[in-house]
Amino acid sequence: MTSLTGVAGAGGVAPETPVRPARRGTGAWRFAVLAVLGLYFIVPIGASVWFTVRDRRNGGVTFGTYTQIPGAEGFADAFTRSLLLAVLTVVLSLLLMVPTVVLVELRLPRLRTAVELLTLMPLVLPPIALVVGVRSVLAWAPDYFLNTPLADAFFALQEPALPWILVLVYVVLALPFVYRALDAGVRGSDLKTLTEAARNLGASWPRVLVSVVLPVLRTSVLNASFLAFALVLGEFTIAAILGFETFPTWIVRISGSEPKLSVAVSVLSLLITWALLLLISALDRRRGTKENS
Amino acid sequence: MLPFFLYVAVFLVLPIVVLSVEAFRATDPDTFEETWSTGSITAITEGAFRRAYLGSLRLSVICAVLGAVIGLTLAVAVLRTKRGRLLRRLVLTASGVLANFGGIPLAFAFIATIGTQGVITALLTDTLGLGLGGFSLYSMAGLTLVYLYFLIPLMVLTITPALEALRPQWREAADNLGASGWQYWRYVGGPVLAPPVIGATMLLFASSFAAYATAKALVGSSVPLVTLQIADALSSNVTVGSENLGKALALGMVLLIGLVMIFYAWVQRRTQRWLA
Repeated sequence: MTSLTGVAGAGGVAPETPVRPARRGTGAWRFAVLAVLGLYFIVPIGASVWFTVRDRRNGGVTFGTYTQIPGAEGFADAFTRSLLLAVLTVVLSLLLMVPTVVLVELRLPRLRTAVELLTLMPLVLPPIALVVGVRSVLAWAPDYFLNTPLADAFFALQEPALPWILVLVYVVLALPFVYRALDAGVRGSDLKTLTEAARNLGASWPRVLVSVVLPVLRTSVLNASFLAFALVLGEFTIAAILGFETFPTWIVRISGSEPKLSVAVSVLSLLITWALLLLISALDRRRGTKENS
Repeated sequence: MLPFFLYVAVFLVLPIVVLSVEAFRATDPDTFEETWSTGSITAITEGAFRRAYLGSLRLSVICAVLGAVIGLTLAVAVLRTKRGRLLRRLVLTASGVLANFGGIPLAFAFIATIGTQGVITALLTDTLGLGLGGFSLYSMAGLTLVYLYFLIPLMVLTITPALEALRPQWREAADNLGASGWQYWRYVGGPVLAPPVIGATMLLFASSFAAYATAKALVGSSVPLVTLQIADALSSNVTVGSENLGKALALGMVLLIGLVMIFYAWVQRRTQRWLA
C-alpha cells in the first residue's frame, strides 16, 4: 500500500533533490515527449474555449454562451445545491477527521495502520459499487421499516432539495484526500510537544484543540477543505445513481438540447476547480518556504 | 476514535456487506416473493454482462499500461532536464490539477474537440480534407484517449517521489564499478522502482475500471462497460429483479478489484523480500 499513499491530490510538490543530469544524447527525445504531451493536454482545452466563443453565423468571437449560463433553466438550483453539498461535506469531513488524525498522532499510534487502510479503501473501491450498496440500504425503509421513525429518517435523508445522503457518502469518497492532507500537516509539525506544553501550562483539551492544534494545522485543513470541495463539485456517479440533480448531472441533462451551453459550463467548472487546486499548491509552496527559512 | 470507525462501518462497510448479501436474493416475477438464489450471479457471467466485464477489463488494462508507460516517460523526461526547476514545478502542478480533472467536464471538452461537431474534427476534415482516419471518440479507442488525459498526470504524481528517491550516488557507484547503463537499470534502478511502478499502475487500473461519468457522457451505452451496465440495470423498471442484477454486477466489480489488490500485496511482499 505504500506507493498508494503518494496520492495526495493536487499540490503534493516535494522539495527538490539534486538530480543528476543525463550524460549522453542531446535530449531530443525529451523535447519530443514534452512537445507531444503538451499539445495533448492543451488542445482539448483550447478547442473547448474556441467551440464556445466562435460565432458561426457572423464569424468572429462572441461570449453569448457564457452570458446565458446564469439564466439557464435549472442552473441556479443545481449549482447552489452543489455548493451547499460541498460546504456541508467539508464541514462534516473536518469534524470527523481532525479529531481522528490528532488522536491517532497523540494517543493511539497503534491504530494508525488501521485508519490508513480504511481511508485508502474509497480510492480503489468503485464509487458505483458503493452507491449500489447505499441504494440497497435505503430501500430497507419502504421494504422493512415502513411507519417507523427509522423510515422517516431515511426519507428525510433523501429530500431532493437538499439530499443529506449525498453529503454522508461524499465524506467517505473524500476520506483518502482529507486524511492524507491532515496527516501530512500533523507529521510536519511537532504537535506532541506543543500540546504537552499547552497542557502543562494548564490549558484544557478543548482549549488545546482550538488554540494550538487548529492554528498549527491551518494550511493542511485548508488543503483538505479545497480537495473535498473540488471533489463534490465534480461528482457525478453517486448523484446520478441515487437520482438527485446536482451541477454535473444538470450539465448532462441539458447537453442534449444545448450542446454549446454544456461545453461552456464545463469550461467554467474546470476553471473553478483549477483555481481551487492552484490555490492549494500556492499554499503548499508558502508553507514549504516558511519551513525552509 | 469511535466516531470514525462507526462512520466508516455505517457508510462504507455496511453498504458493501448489504450489497454482497442481497446479490444472492431474487424476486419472483409473479408473486414478488423474495428467495435466496444464485440466479443473478450466474446471469452476470454470460452474454452481454460477460462482454461488459471483458470490455471494462480490456479498457482498464490498456489505459493502465499506456498511462503508466507515458506517465513514467514524462516524469523521467522532466526530472532529467538540466536547469529544469521551472519546468519540473510546472509539470508537477499541472499534473496535480489535471489528475483531478475527470468526469463530466472532461467528456464535454473532448466532445467539443474531436466529437462529431468538434473543432479539431472540423479542422481535419473540412479544412485539411484528411478526416479522422476511422477514429471515433464514441468508442473504446476514444475512451482510452479521454481516460489518459487524467491517468497520465496521476502517474506522474504518484511516481515522481519514487524517481526522486533514486540516489545519484547509486548510479555513480554502478559507474565506478564498471556497470553499463543497461546493467544499472537491470540490477539497481529497475528493482528499486518496480514496486512503486506496479502500485501506481494498479491505481490507474482501479481508476479506469471504476470510471462511470466520462463513459456515460461520451458513449451512453454503446460500448460494453460494466459501470454502464450497472446503471442500466438499476434504472430499468421493466424487468423484475434487475435491481438484484445490478447488485450482482457491482459485487463482481468489488471482487475483481479485491483480486487486483491481493495480487498487488503479493507482488509488494515478494519485491520487498527480494530487496531486503
